[in-house]
Amino acid sequence: MADIILETKNLTYTYAPKTAGEVTAIRDVSVAIERGTLVGIIGHTGSGKSTLIEHFNGLMRGTSGVVLLDGKDIWENKKEIRSVRFRVGVCFQYPEYQLFEETVYKDVAFGPKNMGLSEEEIDRRVREVLSFVGLEERYLELSPFDLSGGEKRRVAIAGIMAMEPQVLVLDEPCAGLDPIGRATVLSLIQNYQKTTGSTVIIVTHSMEDAALIADRILVMNQARLAFYGTVEEVFSHAGELQSMGLDIPQMMRLYLLLREKGLPVSKTFYTLEQAKKAILACFKKGENA
Amino acid sequence: MISDITIGQYYSGTSVLHRLDARVKILLTVLFIVIIFLCKNFLSLALMFALTAVSILLSGVPFRMFFKSLKPILPIILFTAVLNIFYIKKGTELLSFWVITITTGGLATAFFMAVRIICLIMCSSLLTYTTTPTDLTDAIERLLSPLKVLHIQVHTLAMMMTLALRFIPTLIEEIERITNAQKARGADFESGRFMQRVKAMIPVLVPLFVSAFRRAYELSFAMSCRCYHGGEGRTRMKQMKLHLSDGVSFLLFALVLAGVIVLNHFFGKLI
Repeated sequence: MADIILETKNLTYTYAPKTAGEVTAIRDVSVAIERGTLVGIIGHTGSGKSTLIEHFNGLMRGTSGVVLLDGKDIWENKKEIRSVRFRVGVCFQYPEYQLFEETVYKDVAFGPKNMGLSEEEIDRRVREVLSFVGLEERYLELSPFDLSGGEKRRVAIAGIMAMEPQVLVLDEPCAGLDPIGRATVLSLIQNYQKTTGSTVIIVTHSMEDAALIADRILVMNQARLAFYGTVEEVFSHAGELQSMGLDIPQMMRLYLLLREKGLPVSKTFYTLEQAKKAILACFKKGENA
Repeated sequence: MISDITIGQYYSGTSVLHRLDARVKILLTVLFIVIIFLCKNFLSLALMFALTAVSILLSGVPFRMFFKSLKPILPIILFTAVLNIFYIKKGTELLSFWVITITTGGLATAFFMAVRIICLIMCSSLLTYTTTPTDLTDAIERLLSPLKVLHIQVHTLAMMMTLALRFIPTLIEEIERITNAQKARGADFESGRFMQRVKAMIPVLVPLFVSAFRRAYELSFAMSCRCYHGGEGRTRMKQMKLHLSDGVSFLLFALVLAGVIVLNHFFGKLI
């Protein structure tokens, strides 16, 4: 049996129930996330992605259904909900707007401090995590408000990572960054997942990003879970994804076009690197024949 | 939750009161307050009460909305009523016990005051229920425009008021977002002593102020990009024009004022 860390069972959340403004943001979502995977959540604006992740750390409580962390209902003991938030670290969209301390050091230490860790432990974590996100010693005493946009974003993400959560959830971590900033943040998240071996969930609009870094993809459509599976599995439903108004990665489209034309591309590909390999292999085959 | 706070309190509708000119409504509200303080006996007060009741019925705003606006004032009404009952010693004595004496005069005054306050609250709620915040500030700007003679920047003040109203919902949303983000980092807003709770607000307030300043800068840039240069020579999208109904309501209020004066003069004075 797979090792499940986070699971939702028939999770439903309705805003303003029994009024004219009633909206069901997520409906009957059941999904089991394996320990140590990097999951990409994709879906349209308003498909329920953000609502779903707010359930993961108990910021919201489902109208019905449960969220299980390590097999235990997170709402089993209401008073324990804060400790759930340390185990499932959620980093919201534009996290730089939550910075408030005088120095970068203090801001990153906010989470660990709330956990009640010792001074030495906090110090170790802050230094470790800041060097991990590529900010040198000299940043420690700077005001977070003096940094550039990309640096602020990294400080904010570091603030969540410093809690060393079992599950790290990031909502659109690349939103509003330039291409270099995006690449930095993405590789940072990938590295984090590899070095710590923790579970990472990342909400994104970009199919390319999801295809590039995720092990598994979760697709939300109109408040429901549409697909959950490996990248190949999910992107094999290209037609359905497109009918949901979601794009598929460019290289995936190229693959489908080549197949349509009857060209012998063997393996599915969805990143540029894979595409290069597959097409070159294809040419080689042609030469040999 | 925070989002339950109703802002501006506007209750949309198409009644005569909704359609009245906002300037007229403000002036009539002020007039109403003046008249109700002129009332000296129960007859004139009853006339004002009738006027309030008719206005409420005309507005089509449900009664429960008025009860809601009355609720926070209830302690004050009760407090003044109790004070009046115990302190005013007029008329026949009803009850005498130790230092407490209750008289008919005291009871009557207490009732009179309570009705007066209720009418006041109803009337001012009626103004906010039937007028959108934008119309209100617009009307205030126009009503205060004579102050330009004194070099007071009426337009700027009104614009600031409009913007403030416009950004209340935005800031509430912002507070919720920041609160959630800090909760995700383990911030605790619910427990601890008073000072601890105040301190716990810092992680929310600092980002809130930062973003409020950011928004203010962005907005002022956007406004200057669209050539906003203050009120000088600025025309309006919505012209306010007085209609027949505005005139009629002024007339009605004039009649009520006359009625109150007559009733005060010919019937006894209570206070």
